[in-house]
Amino acid sequence: MELIQPFINAADAVLAQGLQCPMAMGSLSMDEEAYRRKGVAALISLTGDIEGRIIFDLDAETALRVASRLAGAELPESDELIKETVCELANQVAGNAITALNDQGFRFRVHPPALHTSEHGTQSSEDTEALVMCFETNVGNVFMNIALRYNRNHELAAAGA
Amino acid sequence: MEPFAPVRRSKDGQPIRYLVVDDSVFARKNLARIIETFGGQLAGEAGDGMTAITEYERTTPDIVLMDITMPQMEGIEAAEKIVKQHPEARIVMVSSVGYQENIVAALQRGARHFVQKPVKPEVLYEVIKYVLGEDGTVAQAAGAGA
Repeated sequence: MELIQPFINAADAVLAQGLQCPMAMGSLSMDEEAYRRKGVAALISLTGDIEGRIIFDLDAETALRVASRLAGAELPESDELIKETVCELANQVAGNAITALNDQGFRFRVHPPALHTSEHGTQSSEDTEALVMCFETNVGNVFMNIALRYNRNHELAAAGA
Repeated sequence: MEPFAPVRRSKDGQPIRYLVVDDSVFARKNLARIIETFGGQLAGEAGDGMTAITEYERTTPDIVLMDITMPQMEGIEAAEKIVKQHPEARIVMVSSVGYQENIVAALQRGARHFVQKPVKPEVLYEVIKYVLGEDGTVAQAAGAGA
């Protein structure tokens, strides 16, 4: 859970600030089945002391409302805008979480967000925490799916250094 | 979004010209909107570090707002290359990844300041004024002092 909490805090902060509305933590569960995409999803990969991925997932209507709220103006519906919004949201949450984890001594690299087009994703395994959580906002639900693990090769390399 | 007292170039009173570099179109548009509330002008946009270098040459902006994590060439490397050619370049890193190592690396390689995403307009406004120093003047806002 120590890897997950910074992402929950970051999502809470980024969504609350960006949307300027109260936000509630909805469901939180281990994703034991393979991940099933709910709408437009952006995936961010991490490599380094911690490796894995975070997926941000919003339905198209929610993404448009989020985009409009972030822009401070009603925006016209566009597939590109919706994809961009989900990617940027993922980028901001991941960046803020990584800042917190880095301050705790973890060293890793965050890769630019990419659209996650597959219907399914990684499921939990023995060494990978895969959690799916829902943030309830007044513009709709935002889902975050996190599958992270410690990179043992990095740990061994550090110990041998 | 509340408008701010416009910031102008001290030498000629013209709007500050910005080059906005971010791989997210959404983030670029958002920054462009914020810049507008500062009375600034968008001189150019780039979606990666390589393009940022050519756009800097083409537009010679007063300020560059540069993301860090981007494809092809990352922001810190692009900032270093721009500053090497143009030591007077004023580059402000704008990134969601705000840990100390990253900030120090950016400053060591020529960036003047750092703003963490999500961008708070009032924070960016203060940073812009600081980075411009005497080269920027805060103009009287329309209707101010009435």
